[in-house]
Amino acid sequence: MSRQITLRDAINEAMVEEMRLDDSIFIMGEEVAEYNGAYKVSKGMLDEFGPNRVIDTPIAELGFAGIGVGAAMNGLRPIIEFMTWNFAVLAFDQIVNNAAKTLSQSSGDFSCPIVFRGPSGSAGQLAQQHSQTFESWLANCPGLKVISCIDPADTKGLMKAAIRDNDPVCFMESESYYGFKGEVPEGEYLVPIGKAAIRREGTDVTIVSFNKMMEVVKAAAIELEKEGISAEVIDLRTIRPMDYETIIKSVRKTNRIVVVDESWPFAGISSEVTYAVQKHAFDYLDAPVTRVNSADTSLPYAAVFVEEFLPNPAKVIAAVKAVMYR
Amino acid sequence: MTQVKGKKTTKASKGSNGLDLATYRQWYETMVRVRKFEERALKMYSINKIRGFLHVYIGQEAIAGAITSALRPTDPIATAYRQHGIALSRGISSDLCMAELFGKATGINKGKGGSMHFFSKEHYYFGGNGIVGAQIPIGTGIAFAEKYKGTDNICLTMYGDGAARQGALHESFNMAMTWKLPVLYVVENNHYAMGTSVTRTSNVIDLQKQALSFEMPNSSVDGMDVMKVHYAMAEAAAHVRSGKGPYLLEIKTYRYRGHSVSDPAHYRTKEELNTYKEQDPINQFRDYLIKHNLLKENELEAIDKAILEEIDAAEAFAEESPFPDPAELYTDNYVEKDYPFITD
Repeated sequence: MSRQITLRDAINEAMVEEMRLDDSIFIMGEEVAEYNGAYKVSKGMLDEFGPNRVIDTPIAELGFAGIGVGAAMNGLRPIIEFMTWNFAVLAFDQIVNNAAKTLSQSSGDFSCPIVFRGPSGSAGQLAQQHSQTFESWLANCPGLKVISCIDPADTKGLMKAAIRDNDPVCFMESESYYGFKGEVPEGEYLVPIGKAAIRREGTDVTIVSFNKMMEVVKAAAIELEKEGISAEVIDLRTIRPMDYETIIKSVRKTNRIVVVDESWPFAGISSEVTYAVQKHAFDYLDAPVTRVNSADTSLPYAAVFVEEFLPNPAKVIAAVKAVMYR
Repeated sequence: MTQVKGKKTTKASKGSNGLDLATYRQWYETMVRVRKFEERALKMYSINKIRGFLHVYIGQEAIAGAITSALRPTDPIATAYRQHGIALSRGISSDLCMAELFGKATGINKGKGGSMHFFSKEHYYFGGNGIVGAQIPIGTGIAFAEKYKGTDNICLTMYGDGAARQGALHESFNMAMTWKLPVLYVVENNHYAMGTSVTRTSNVIDLQKQALSFEMPNSSVDGMDVMKVHYAMAEAAAHVRSGKGPYLLEIKTYRYRGHSVSDPAHYRTKEELNTYKEQDPINQFRDYLIKHNLLKENELEAIDKAILEEIDAAEAFAEESPFPDPAELYTDNYVEKDYPFITD
């Protein structure tokens, strides 16, 4: 049995179900309790779990991220919500220098089972400071796991897996897709961290993407099919550790790949995928690996800039035709 | 040394200040252990047995001594990178600490942490943090977990006058007071953030005053006197343990050496250094013990000798221990055992 629920409710269900199972889990962040979440992801949680486990913080990302790290080192399993990952930059010291390093520094004595979560990426005309993606920044850092997903069913299963994971996990959601609906199974299930999903099988070209760019890719794949191009679409879901195997296997079948990535091009996720493909499927490639990223610029306010900046189906279709030499 | 008047006790074995001889001995031993350990570490650094950064605590040992009596051994501690003395005061052995400095597999953290990062769950020692001030929110979070779990432990969160200027301090103080977390903040004011005098980094040079805007109780104590530090810390700890929330204790102290081994400390005068050396915490307490006939000269010498033997043995242990297996590079990055590291 399954039903249609939103990404917002899928994340909520994951957290609520896990908190019912394990008293050591708490959620902390700005507006998570009495306001029911800036984007209503934590709606109803204060009522069910009370103020000791659903905790409103002052606006102090560095401070409450660090409190989460300390609590995780001392036996709890915090969920730290950032209103957006753009604000989490203030907390990167605690994420990168502490959550990621505590296990190594302590030679395994202190682990840090914590989930940092919140929306990432552009969400309309929010201008330069509110439109950034951070997957590549954080996935660069050993010690962290990074998940970026908007499919409601998979996000629910991945969120539950992230909360149960004994390592620190950064979970990227999407502000503009919290209302996005999908079929979500009833009952208990997990989705494993580190496994990509093939969303559509195809034979002519592989398109790899993640988070809300998956919707851009899906739209492009439908158009391409009308033109007789069969695209295999892979949703990475987890960024670190990356499921290279699924990507390479697909490229060995289709011999062509386009990577669609909302992050900036320099040292982005697309760069990492490209390296792996040229290294492990060089002899299978019939065209250069091609990528569609956001522009290598800051994102200004006006709508024309947003349109120009982001990947869209037309850009993806053009990239696919380029690797198909059509 | 001023004798601090404490609570009366009915036990004959205790002095008029409520402390017994065993405590005095423990303070003296701890301070001498820290001093001798670090003098040896400096020597080992000079002959390349120890590399990386080495920040020594010499001059500040009264604080390490007082920790052994003012807190419970189950009270967690989080501190900064000048941390050998705190780890030793917690009972982590000289062997394990010295082997860690040597980068050996037998070190307290298997050669993975080095001078700035000793950790031991067994000793409720949450480390040695190398990012100035980062341990302030972490210690606050450790305290949050103690309250969440319903224990009566308190977290001793230590930082220096340099970290006192970090934003993390203000965020942590604010949340700790708002939520009445069981955290005892101790600022070890040794007057210099690396080479910058505390007087040059803020209009507010009395660091205890940083508690005022959060209405956090606070006090300041002479950090060259182990007994004064003990009483101040014990009183602050009692406040925190009673459930009233955090407390800030400023301990005014001094490091005789530079910030790290590479720092010749030209930013301060010899006269200033000598003023503090005249109040040396070990000499001062030693004189007190002799003057009050608590421990005799020959008993103190026996302690000194035993500590020196312990440090000799620690050096030998570290020297003879193996370096870690390079394959250990791939352990302790993730709890997950089969994490797929990128290797090409």
